[in-house]
Amino acid sequence: MTAEPVLSVANLTIAVGSGTARRRLVDDLSFTLHRGETLCIAGESGSGKSLTSLAIMGLLPKPGPVVAGGSIRLGSEDLTALPERAMRRVRGDRIAMIFQEPMTSLNPVLTIGRQLVEAIEAHRDASRADARRLALEALEAVRIPEAARRMRQYPHELSGGMRQRVMIAMALALEPDVLIADEPTTALDVTIQAQVLGILKEIQASRGTAVILITHDMGVVAEMADRVVVMREGQAVESGAVAPLFAAPREDYTKALLAAVPRMGTGSEGAPVATVAVAAPVAEIRDLSVRFPLKGGLLGRTTAEVHAVAGISFDIPAGQTLSLVGESGCGKSTTAKAIAGLVPYAGSLSVAGRPAANLSAPERKALRRDVQMVFQDPFASLDPRMRVGDLVAEPLVIHGIGSAAERRERVAGLFERVGLQPDAMRRYPHQFSGGQRQRVCIARALALRPKLIIADESVSALDVSVQKRVLELLKELQAEFGIAYLFISHDMAVVENISDRVAVMYLGQIVETGTRAQVFGSPRHAYTRRLIEAVPVPDPARRRTAFPRLVGDIPSAVRKPNDPPARLALRDVGGGHLVAAE
Amino acid sequence: MATYLLRRLFQAALILLGVSLVTFALLYLLPADPARQIAGRTASAAQVANIRTQLGLDQPFFVQYARYLGNLLQGDLGRSYLQRSQVSDLILARLPASLLLMVAAIACELALGLTMGLLAAVRRGRASDHALMVTSFVTVSAPQFVVGLLLLYVFAVRLGWFPIGGYGTFSHLVLPALTLGILGAGWYARMMRSSMVDVLRQDYIRTARAKGLKRWTILLRHAFPNAILPIIAMIGIDIGLFMSGIVVVESVFGWPGIGQLAWQAIQRVDLPIIMGVTLVSAVAIVLGNLLADLLAPFVDPRIKLQ
Repeated sequence: MTAEPVLSVANLTIAVGSGTARRRLVDDLSFTLHRGETLCIAGESGSGKSLTSLAIMGLLPKPGPVVAGGSIRLGSEDLTALPERAMRRVRGDRIAMIFQEPMTSLNPVLTIGRQLVEAIEAHRDASRADARRLALEALEAVRIPEAARRMRQYPHELSGGMRQRVMIAMALALEPDVLIADEPTTALDVTIQAQVLGILKEIQASRGTAVILITHDMGVVAEMADRVVVMREGQAVESGAVAPLFAAPREDYTKALLAAVPRMGTGSEGAPVATVAVAAPVAEIRDLSVRFPLKGGLLGRTTAEVHAVAGISFDIPAGQTLSLVGESGCGKSTTAKAIAGLVPYAGSLSVAGRPAANLSAPERKALRRDVQMVFQDPFASLDPRMRVGDLVAEPLVIHGIGSAAERRERVAGLFERVGLQPDAMRRYPHQFSGGQRQRVCIARALALRPKLIIADESVSALDVSVQKRVLELLKELQAEFGIAYLFISHDMAVVENISDRVAVMYLGQIVETGTRAQVFGSPRHAYTRRLIEAVPVPDPARRRTAFPRLVGDIPSAVRKPNDPPARLALRDVGGGHLVAAE
Repeated sequence: MATYLLRRLFQAALILLGVSLVTFALLYLLPADPARQIAGRTASAAQVANIRTQLGLDQPFFVQYARYLGNLLQGDLGRSYLQRSQVSDLILARLPASLLLMVAAIACELALGLTMGLLAAVRRGRASDHALMVTSFVTVSAPQFVVGLLLLYVFAVRLGWFPIGGYGTFSHLVLPALTLGILGAGWYARMMRSSMVDVLRQDYIRTARAKGLKRWTILLRHAFPNAILPIIAMIGIDIGLFMSGIVVVESVFGWPGIGQLAWQAIQRVDLPIIMGVTLVSAVAIVLGNLLADLLAPFVDPRIKLQ
């Protein structure tokens, strides 16, 4: 590439605070971006990758971090020196940006059409009709079905994937030189992620837009990047063309980062699945259904029902891990809540041989001891006003176990077991990192020595290197205490890494279930195959050439009252590998 | 939509029934004796008893209430004990003045409050923000009769810009509307500021900035409609607060509305008028809330009335 770069960032430093309290959040960062090229900035949280993108856009939050040195050149202009008025004309016209959260990035009270049109009118002297035509073309370019009708809809009427496409359409409507995509697919399901990445590639190829893709997902990097900058704590650790960087990373951090990425296909080849003579299951779930009524009309009668879980049966073998996988809305979390007794359900449940129905209050309390949960968000699931030691001791207090001194000793032991210093007990949740907090949550779940821990997306919010260590901890604890896990995740690679058995859910029902080797090694159901194929492989040599084409949104689980969906019959294709007929 | 309206109106009827029962019970328990008031100080015990029987005040509580409710259902609010005319006529004659004052006051407080809140949010953390918030705090804390008298003294007595009291022209309206509006403006300024600050942090505002929109376009088209949502619900509740403010302000400014009517009736234990005004206020509050709820879906498309 000999042509002039479209964008060149040189010695960029972003700092916060002043005097001795000054901290450099981005330190001496340099890179260039050429026409038609995709540059991935990869790194874990706190690496400064998002700040860099905001600095390029001139959108650093005020008051807050500021550009303290270096330059950002777009063509011949230095963006760091432009006054706000001139910068405004650059934004959206020459550099556009899409964000991580499609659910919140569109204004809820304005129609899609209006939001697109105003983006165009902000920079072009076009008539309203011309602007509308351009907007419509942009929507069609990102292959949104029924684009004309979508123009009149509001954001809440569209799914997450559709909204992210609207964001892309809005960003690309004016054909900017540079598109910055900050974690554009992180909040999306894998099949939707694949579609959105496909659309980005396609448009880039046809228009020659230069793309800066910011992501923590090395799979996405391998899939999309021409060149990569790996960032850590504000500094570029390593940069270069994608293939050599993945094949032979020079820096230790890059090596560690790549090693931590859970990879599909390694799990089933690794250690043979512990096919111990299947012990008595720790939980038996039969015909479990959860419906949420939608009320309406003069008397508040039920007018429709959401069939979140529509009659599923499975066992959780003692001391093993069963994973429920599926995309958002498939009912996997609702299943977990039903088993934990947090939502009303129909069907039968038994934990440790005890049926969960018609229990007296003390019996129910005893049952709760056996089933504990670890949630997704380690920030939101710890009371910020309690010391972590008290948080971990609380289950013991509730169940009246031990004296205060005994409890303190037990909590200290738990802290040590999950890899935290026992003297951390006196601290508050905000003094810990995300990974440490999730360890606190795990210690809390372990406190009652449960037979089953339900882990609902428990590692999804963590950086890959932290995620890897937490997964290892979970495996160790399982080997040591013989706890069974019901592991719920949308991340196929993580699931393959930790599971003994896997159940794939779609629209409230199980479409395929079996051992890890059966489901991942020889997936039989079309939906399972689609899920597996949609996961980006962290290897640039195995890049997909064709992306899955646009499929519509997943059908709705809302049905008329007393009209349950037809049960899928599961057929055994050998060795307990059950598959729904299609 | 039609079912929604029907259900809300049904609920409204229930609320009004409850209000009528509670008010009637409270007035029944009142130690003041209306028959004695009507008869005057010099009347004999026999005369007072006679009046009491005439008005049915010697009947048991539920008999009295049932009779009142029966009349009410036929649109009859009863006769005033002292003014010798129908309560409904008295209220209807004074209602337009009160409604006018209320509308003017709401317009006044929204115009003042929303502007103050918007400016404070935009200039958050700076001196003008602090000044606006202190001002709003003062107006919220000041009792209405003090504010009313102060405005009267400065603008009517000293400067002579507005009449001291009365009713009829626009200049009569200004001071009472301001008195009512200033208190509300303080509330709305504080609410608008926190709502706006919250909205300005949202992702879609960042999106709007990334599009290269102008600052005021972002504020007015993107932030304002979202920030106003919680305030719409507040206006409905506010009408209830007005009813209490109106009694004070109408007395201070000699404004011939139902607040003044109620004040006079309370002094003379004219129970039918007190009942009537209370019910009319309750209707106003219920309708105000209904109106706010009906308005909400026009601002926020996510809200569906069911």
